[in-house]
Amino acid sequence: MSGVPAPGAAGDQLTVGVLALQGDFEAHSAVLVRLGALVREVRVPDDLDGLDGIVIPGGESTTITLGIEREQLGDPLRAFHASGKPIFGTCAGLIMLDRDHLAIADIRAERNAFGRQVRSFEAEVDLGLDGGPIEAVFIRAPWIAEHGPGVEVLAEIEGHAVAARDGSVLVVAFHPELGDDDRVHALFLQSVRDARLAAT
Amino acid sequence: MRDEATFKVKAGLAEMLKGGVIMDVIDQEQARIAEAAGACAVMALERVPSDIRRDGGVARMSDPEMIQSIQEAVTIPVMAKARIGHFAEAQVLEALEVDYIDESEVLTPADEANHIDKWPFKVPFVCGATNLGEALRRIGEGAAMIRSKGEAGTGDIVEAVRHLRTINGEIKRLGGLSDAEIATAAKDHAAPLELVRAVAESGRLPVVMFCAGGIATPADASLVMQLGAEGVFVGSGIFKSADPESRAAAIVEATTHYEVPERVLRASEGLGAAMDSIESRKLDESELLSNRGW
Repeated sequence: MSGVPAPGAAGDQLTVGVLALQGDFEAHSAVLVRLGALVREVRVPDDLDGLDGIVIPGGESTTITLGIEREQLGDPLRAFHASGKPIFGTCAGLIMLDRDHLAIADIRAERNAFGRQVRSFEAEVDLGLDGGPIEAVFIRAPWIAEHGPGVEVLAEIEGHAVAARDGSVLVVAFHPELGDDDRVHALFLQSVRDARLAAT
Repeated sequence: MRDEATFKVKAGLAEMLKGGVIMDVIDQEQARIAEAAGACAVMALERVPSDIRRDGGVARMSDPEMIQSIQEAVTIPVMAKARIGHFAEAQVLEALEVDYIDESEVLTPADEANHIDKWPFKVPFVCGATNLGEALRRIGEGAAMIRSKGEAGTGDIVEAVRHLRTINGEIKRLGGLSDAEIATAAKDHAAPLELVRAVAESGRLPVVMFCAGGIATPADASLVMQLGAEGVFVGSGIFKSADPESRAAAIVEATTHYEVPERVLRASEGLGAAMDSIESRKLDESELLSNRGW
């Protein structure tokens, strides 16, 4: 745990939640802390109070789906989104946000789309960020099979969408939290900062 | 362009399993129960450790057809066990495209001197360890995930606790050592110097470490998570208990909320009887599975 501030006590610092039911939430926390955010692990609805944004990490999407049901986090997360606060999902997080799960992003994810673990891979992905493509890690990764007209696809691999933005929601099929290139998280934090400024 | 089966990709899958429960299953029905209860992966095997212990004889890799049927039944990762040193069994499991291979002391070792050289495989390996040196030797051979061994098939948590405390205590004691002392520590642990140095610098293993061998209750899961495990394997503890569905979900819940006693309490209620257990101190030295591997 990397600092558990009281809701709203963050001052200028952004307070970002990381859904911590299962998966690589600690890797996300480490990146967010490196970028200057206060981080709170989220396991129950009350943990959402006062957050400026939330990350839904990689992990097993079935396990996380069941965890969200058990903790009754679905409606609170949809309300969090409706209030305009940014959400960032990676891999299983992308799946959680799609039409068939939390229905927060207007996308349909294809699970394990690249195949079993023996087909997991690293590849360069160009999201148009300053500094060029990023070295992305794909682990039993999904891709975005369908998306609505409001969704902006940010990157593709072999013709399949693997990064997209839908309003305040950012989704990627890979794991920017598993390296030391923090640019995708910086992009998310910028949207969190902008949303907080717009709300005040 | 696409770079498959890098160490980052192998160790990365273990990162995705963190905070989760990996359950031993012997057929499709058990696999579906495990998945529906929130398991983050299943271990497909013909006999759970408590049955292997009871039956005796040589325990081998499971029937590939059985593993395949489990791969067809669930979408979560499917792991399977190969005997220590039996690289041909591992090659078969790789051809089956299991998601992780457990080079496991629960099966009868095939080689008394050498573990499998795990680097050439595309499938990642998890290996057991009772101390830091053993963990680092396995990582040196290419393991992408470690589980503390405990004593499988007993339902007795004491060995799991001993192994976790040993590994984490040895990691702590590396902190603050000088370069010369780290070289000596590497010799004492019989572990690769560069891995010992990396652990001394980071204060943790270079791969994810789960706990295995003896977890039977939600409180057991909470205990080992509080002792530094990053997730748990449950072998006989679920499907040898009175109510596997409830116990599986309860251990998942307790693993997520391991720091909140009220949640572990709630998860522990109304589960019926735990598995039949064996006190591991009453076992003869020759019956200890955790002594297999080196």
